[in-house]
Amino acid sequence: MKRWVGPLIAVFAVACLGVFAPVQAQTPAAIKPAVVFSTGGKFDKSFNEGVSQGAEKFKKDTGIAVAEFEPSNETQFEQALRRFAQRGQDPIIAVGFAQAVALEKVAKEFPNIHFTIIDSVVNLPNVQSVVFREQEGSFLVGVLAALASKTGKIGFVGGMDIPLVRRFQCGFEQGIKYANPNAELITNMTGTTPAAWNDPGRGAELARGQIDRGVDVVYAAAGSTGLGILQATKDRGKLGIGVDSNQNHLHPGNMLTSMLKRVDVATYESFKAAMDHQWKGGTQVLGLKEGGVDWALDKDNEKLVTPEMKAKVEAAKADIISGKIVVHDYMSNNSCNR
Amino acid sequence: MEETLTFVTLTLAATLRVATPLVLCAMGGLFSEKSGIIDVGLEGKMLMAAFFAAATASLTGSIWAGVGAGIVAAEVMALLHGVACITYRGNQVVSGIALNILAAGLTVVLGTAWFARGGQTPPLGDSERLMPIFFPVARDNILVYAALLSVPFTWWAIARTRFGLRLRAVGEMPLAVDGAGVSVGWLRYRAVLLCGLFAGLAGAYLSMAQNAGFSRDMTAGQGFIALAAIIFGKWRPFPAFGACLIFGLLDAVAIRLQGVSVPGVGEVPVQLIQALPYLLTLFLLAGFIGNAVAPKAAGIPYEKEH
Repeated sequence: MKRWVGPLIAVFAVACLGVFAPVQAQTPAAIKPAVVFSTGGKFDKSFNEGVSQGAEKFKKDTGIAVAEFEPSNETQFEQALRRFAQRGQDPIIAVGFAQAVALEKVAKEFPNIHFTIIDSVVNLPNVQSVVFREQEGSFLVGVLAALASKTGKIGFVGGMDIPLVRRFQCGFEQGIKYANPNAELITNMTGTTPAAWNDPGRGAELARGQIDRGVDVVYAAAGSTGLGILQATKDRGKLGIGVDSNQNHLHPGNMLTSMLKRVDVATYESFKAAMDHQWKGGTQVLGLKEGGVDWALDKDNEKLVTPEMKAKVEAAKADIISGKIVVHDYMSNNSCNR
Repeated sequence: MEETLTFVTLTLAATLRVATPLVLCAMGGLFSEKSGIIDVGLEGKMLMAAFFAAATASLTGSIWAGVGAGIVAAEVMALLHGVACITYRGNQVVSGIALNILAAGLTVVLGTAWFARGGQTPPLGDSERLMPIFFPVARDNILVYAALLSVPFTWWAIARTRFGLRLRAVGEMPLAVDGAGVSVGWLRYRAVLLCGLFAGLAGAYLSMAQNAGFSRDMTAGQGFIALAAIIFGKWRPFPAFGACLIFGLLDAVAIRLQGVSVPGVGEVPVQLIQALPYLLTLFLLAGFIGNAVAPKAAGIPYEKEH
C-alpha cells in the first residue's frame, strides 16, 4: 500500500515544483552556487543541516545567494541537478551518496559546470568528490561511549543499511573495543530504503528496544531518523550520541557527544574555491588529520565528559593522526574484519 | 527465566505502543464502514491530525489544545469526505484517496510556510507532549488507554445501542432505514464524524506521544494497515483489535529480533525480519480468515427515491 502512496505524493510534489521553484540568485555575482539536498531534508539537524550551515555562512560572508533544492524523493535528484545546470548555476553541490548516479549523468551533459558531491566519488574532470573518514570520528565517540557506559552495553542505530553506514558502525565498534574490550555493541538498522533516513518513529522504537536490552549509550547515525532515536534515549534518561552536525544542543545533559563531520566546512570551501577560481576536480578524503571529522565538546555535554575521558579520547585522536592507531575502513573490504 | 519474562513484557509494551494508532484508526474506520461509507482516507485524516496537533501544541504550549486541534483537523477532513460521499454521492474511494493526497501535500506546505523546517514542526518539549502515566519505561500515555477503551466502546455502540442498530441497518440496506423514517444521510454523517474523532486521536498520538513533533509522511501507511485490520477482523471490533495487535506484535518483534542471535538459527538477516509482517499478512489472508464480507451497502451512495 505504501508503494502507491509514494508515487502519488511524488506526482503532487512534482506538480508543486513549478509553483515553489527554488529562489534564484538576486545579486549579480561572479558565481551562482546551488545545493541539492538529500532526502533527509535541509532541517534534519544532522548531515543536510551541516551543508546548509556552510551555505548560510558563505551567504553571510560574501553576500552571494545560494540556490537550494530539497527533493521529496530520490527520483528528483536528476531533475533538480539538471535544472540548476541548465540555469547556469555553478558550482552545484550534490549532497549524499544517493545522488552519485544522477550526478554522473548530469555532469557529463554539462562539462563546463562544476559539481561537488559529498559522500561519494564520481570520477569526472568537472566533479569534485568529498568523502570523509567517518570511521575515525566514530572511533573517538566509540571510546567515549565505552567509558561512559555503566552497563557495558552500547547501541548503534543506523539509517539505511548501506556500506557507508556500516563504516560508521565499524569505526564505532573499534573505538569501543579499544577503550573496553568487554563492552558489547548492539547494532540496528532502520531500513533498507532511503525512507530509512526519515522515519523517527521507527528509530525511536529501535532505540527503546536496545535500551530494554540494557543499552545505556546509543549512537544515532540516521539523518532525520536520529531525532526520534535521540528523543527516545532522552525519554529514558540514557545517553545519546549525535552525528554529522553538533547535535549536543538537542537534549543538553543527555547527549554524550556528537561525531562531527565537517560538511559545513567542505561546502564553504568548495564555494570559496570556485569564487577564487581555485576550484579543482578530483577526490578529497577528509579525516581527523585534515579536520574533516571530530568529536564535539561544548557547554551542553561538558558535565558528562570527565577529564579522564577527555584525556583518553584526545590520546586516541593523536594516535590516529600520527598513524599509531589505524582505524579499519569497512568499505575497503566490505567487512569489519581486516 | 527472568530475562525471558522481561523480554516478553517489554515486547508486549512495545506492541501496545505500536498498535495504538492502528487500533484507534480501525475503530474509527469501523463506524464509517459499518454505515456504508468506505474510508480509504484514514491515512490522510491521521496525517492531518498529527500535523495540526503538533503545530498547535508547539505554538500554544498546551497539550490539550494540541489534541483538540488534531481532532478538529481530522473532523474537517471527515466532513469533506461526508459532503463528497453523502451529500453529493461521489465515489468514496476516489474521495478518500483525494483526501490522502491533500493531507500529504498540505501538511508539508503549511509546515514549511509556518515553521521553515522542511515540513517539520519544532520539536515538542516534555510539557507539550503526552507523557507516560504509570510506567515511564513502557510510555503508557492516556491515548494508549483510550485506544484500549475504544474497542469495547465501539462494540457496545454498534451492537448494543439503538444508534448502532440503525448504523448496521444503514450499511446493509439503507432503503429499509429510509422507509422506517430515519434519515440515512444524518446517520452516515454521524458515523463519519465519529471516524474523524478516532482518526484525530490517532494522529495526535503519532506526533505528540510516539514522537515529539511532526515530520512529513509520518503516518507511513498505518492508515492502510488499520484498513486491512478492519478487513481481517471482518468488520467486527474485537477481531479487528486482534488484527491490530498482531500487526503491532510483528513490528515490535521485527524491531527486537534485529541483530539478535536466535538459538539454533543464528543471526536472522534484517531483510527477512522486515519482510516478516508482510509474509504473515499474505499467509493469514490466504489461509486463516476465510471470506470477509463487507457491509452490503458499503461504497454505494444512497439515492432517495422520489
